Amino acid sequence: MSGPGDTHDHGHHHDHHHHDHDHLHPYDPAHNHPHREDQDDTMTYYKVMEAAVRELLIEKGLVTAEQVHREIERMDARTPANGARIVARAWTDPAFKKRLIETPKQAIAEIGHDIGPLHLIVLENTPDVHNVVVCTLCSCYPRWILGIPPDWYKSRAYRSRVVREPRTVLREFGTEIAEEREVRVHDSTADMRYFVLPMRPKGTEGMNEDELAALVGRDSMIGVVEVDADGVTRAAAE
Amino acid sequence: MARYAVGEKVRVRAAFPPTPPTHVRTPHYIRGHAGTIERICGAFGNPEELAFGRRYGPKSTLYRVRFRQADIWPDYEGPAEDHIEIEIYEFWLEPAERENAA
Repeated sequence: MSGPGDTHDHGHHHDHHHHDHDHLHPYDPAHNHPHREDQDDTMTYYKVMEAAVRELLIEKGLVTAEQVHREIERMDARTPANGARIVARAWTDPAFKKRLIETPKQAIAEIGHDIGPLHLIVLENTPDVHNVVVCTLCSCYPRWILGIPPDWYKSRAYRSRVVREPRTVLREFGTEIAEEREVRVHDSTADMRYFVLPMRPKGTEGMNEDELAALVGRDSMIGVVEVDADGVTRAAAE
Repeated sequence: MARYAVGEKVRVRAAFPPTPPTHVRTPHYIRGHAGTIERICGAFGNPEELAFGRRYGPKSTLYRVRFRQADIWPDYEGPAEDHIEIEIYEFWLEPAERENAA
């Protein structure tokens, strides 16, 4: 979860403005103008449930409103920049990379990220293998290091198609994987979470860790794109 | 104690319990297919019990199983070396020799 209001569709917000008027009415007490509702959000089933459970927990003294608020802030503060730092460290420090693959939780703690109860598997892309991650059953995602997943990751189209025709889906992201290179799909169905360690692009030999981290976008750590050396990863446009 | 070893051939049970009221974390598309144990992830609570608040039952060994895409999708678009890896609980697996035993 990532806090209240996370379950709605982000599709067509422009539809919500149909109560607005762009003309002025002369004063007329008889004119019952259809005012815009103060409550301009829809209470969905899950919003009601979230509020009910949260208020009960607070009422029973199990958590405080302050703790809930702080946890939401902490979740929102998690971004793909955390993952990019991990990738850049792995690219520049072979011993760290080895620890990252063998004992990811401890390695990530070294650079200041506590991934909590997360069981992480790091998938290293190589000249022989390209890894891509999906959760066909829901939307499991390593939020502790990548933040909130993109909407497409949760879409039925991505979840059903990337296992069935991964090369076609990758091509739609602009990623062409050579026939002789294996495409390995990882379906995150249970207790593990997955993090792709992309390949370091050619032409970045002189770059330091910070410069490298700036190249690494979210989508490369899901595995739908590779990292470009030109400094503009496709995910950066998001 | 894990029943299967890394590298061992296993088959996912071709079982289709009614949904709901079950909470099965074994995707339909992989049931009945044979693959190879890629790694043992450890022992975890059974989601089919946890989903109903039954938290104290025995744990199940969780495996990652590697499947050839060409075995799963007869008209698969890519080369024979493409694979898919999925987490499967031990009670969903059986030795690969036992053909299609549900």
